[in-house]
Amino acid sequence: MAEDPLLTIAGLRAGYGGKPVLQGIDLAIPRGEITAVIGRNGVGKSTLIKAIIGLLPPSAGSIRFGGREIGALTAHARARLGLGYVPQGRDVFPRMSVEENLKVGMSIRGAPNPDYDAIYGYFPILRERRRQAAGTLSGGQQQQLAIGRVLVGGPSLVLLDEPSEGIQPSIVQDIARIGVDLNRRTGLTIVLVEQNIDMIRAMAQRCFVMDKGRVTAELTPAMLDDRDIVRRHLAV
Amino acid sequence: MPGFDAVIGFLYQFGDAAAFLVLCASGLAIIFGMMGVINLAHGEFIMGGAYTTVTVAKLGVPLPLAVLCGALAAGAAGMVLERLVIRHLYGRPLDTIVATWGVSLIASQGTLILLGPSLSDISTPLGSVEIGALSYSVYRFVLMGVAAAILLGLYVLFNFTRFGVLARATIQVPHMAETLGVDTRLIYSLTFGIGAALAGATGGLYAPTMTLVPTMGVQFITEAFVTVVVGGGDVFLGTAPAGIVLGFIKSGMTTWEGQLAGQIGLLVAVILVIRVLPRGISGLMLRERA
Repeated sequence: MAEDPLLTIAGLRAGYGGKPVLQGIDLAIPRGEITAVIGRNGVGKSTLIKAIIGLLPPSAGSIRFGGREIGALTAHARARLGLGYVPQGRDVFPRMSVEENLKVGMSIRGAPNPDYDAIYGYFPILRERRRQAAGTLSGGQQQQLAIGRVLVGGPSLVLLDEPSEGIQPSIVQDIARIGVDLNRRTGLTIVLVEQNIDMIRAMAQRCFVMDKGRVTAELTPAMLDDRDIVRRHLAV
Repeated sequence: MPGFDAVIGFLYQFGDAAAFLVLCASGLAIIFGMMGVINLAHGEFIMGGAYTTVTVAKLGVPLPLAVLCGALAAGAAGMVLERLVIRHLYGRPLDTIVATWGVSLIASQGTLILLGPSLSDISTPLGSVEIGALSYSVYRFVLMGVAAAILLGLYVLFNFTRFGVLARATIQVPHMAETLGVDTRLIYSLTFGIGAALAGATGGLYAPTMTLVPTMGVQFITEAFVTVVVGGGDVFLGTAPAGIVLGFIKSGMTTWEGQLAGQIGLLVAVILVIRVLPRGISGLMLRERA
C-alpha cells in the first residue's frame, strides 16, 4: 500500500431509507493507481461509489480525500475538490448538445475559454457529433461523452461505475486503453466498479472484492491474471 | 374603410391578448417547467410587482425603471420564498400547491391589512394613436413589444449563457449536474427568482392600465394557468405558441360576443387541450423530436 492514499474510507455505512447497504467499508485508494472494486450484483458497489461522490449521505464512518474529510460535503463541493463521477447508465443531459454537455463539466473550473481539443483527441466521435443532442447518441458514444464530460473538469480522481455495461466490445477496449493512457501520462487516479473481466484485467492495478456491504478481499495484479480467481469473485 | 378598421382592430385585440397571456404565463411556466413547482402564489408576485412599481413611480422615478424595481423586488421575494418554503418541498407537488396557496392568501390579505383596500393608481402613459378611423393605446403596443423582447431575452439566457447551460443541465439530470460541480440549490433558487421577477415585471407593466387592489393577482392567474396548461412545460415551445393560439381564440371570441365569450373560449380551449394533449403543445413537439 502506498504511504499516502488519495482516498481513505473508514467504517463507512450508508443505505437507502434506513435499509443498510454499506456495512462498514474500509478502503484505501492509492494515488496514481487504477483500482477496481468487484463483486456480485447487489453487494453495494454502486452504493459505495454514490457515497464517495456524495449522492448518498453516510450514516457513519469517514471519507477522506487528499487528507480532507469530505463525508459531510455536498456532491458539488466534492466535485470541485477534484472528484469526477461517471455514473452507471451514463446520465448524459439528453436534450443538450454534446458540446453543451462538456460545457457543464467545464463549469467546475470556471474557465472562460473552453478548450475541448484534448477531449476530442481522445474521443474523435464527440467532435463529429458536437452539435447533436446527447440523447440521440448510441450507448457507446454516450459513455464516451460521460467520461469526456468529467475529464474536461480536470479531476484528480475519477469514479467509473460499470463503464462497459451495454456497450460494444470495441468501445470498451477504447475506454480501457484511454483510461490506462491517462493514468500513465497524467497520474490520474481511477476507481472502477466493473463486472467485465477483460476490462478489469486491461485496466486495474489493484482490485478489492466486495460482499454484503463490506470489502472482503484484495487481489494483487498477479491474481488478476488468473481468470479463475477473478471469475470466482464475480460469480453469482 | 370599415373592413380595414376591423382587421386592424382585430389584430390589435389579438396582439394585446397574446402579449398579456405570454407575460402572465412566462414566469409561471419557468417555475413549473424547470422545477416542477406549481406556484399558486404567482398572482401575488404580480401584485407585489405592481404595488412596488406604482409606489416607486410616484416618487418620480421613470416608469421603465419603476417596472425594473418591481421585477427585482418580486424576484428577491421569490428567492426568499424558495429558501424558506419551496426548497423543503421539492418532489412533493401537492404539498407545494397547498404551501404556495397559503403564501398567496397571506400575501393578499397581508397587503389588505397593511395598505388598505386599494392603492391610488398611475395613469397609462404614451396616449393614443389613430390608425384608420379608430384610436389605439400606444402603451398596449409597447406591451406587445415587451412580451416579444422577454421571450427573446429568455431564449438567449437559457441557450447562450453559462447560467442557461447549467440550469438546463440541472433540470434534465439534477444529480448528474450536482456531481459535475454545479450548485444545483443555487440554480433552483435563481430559477425561482427569475420566474418571480417575470411575474413582478408583468405586474409593473400592467399596473398603469388597471386598478391596484390586493386581490388583483386573481385577474392574472387564471390566464397564466390556462396558458401554461395549454403550452406545457417548455417556455419557448409551449408558452409562446400557447399565448398566440389562445390570444387568437380570446380576441376572436371577444370581438364576436364580448369579454365573457372570450373567457369561455379560453376555458373551453384548455379543457380540450387537457383531453387531447395532456402534456401541452411542448409535450407534443418534444415527443415528435425525440
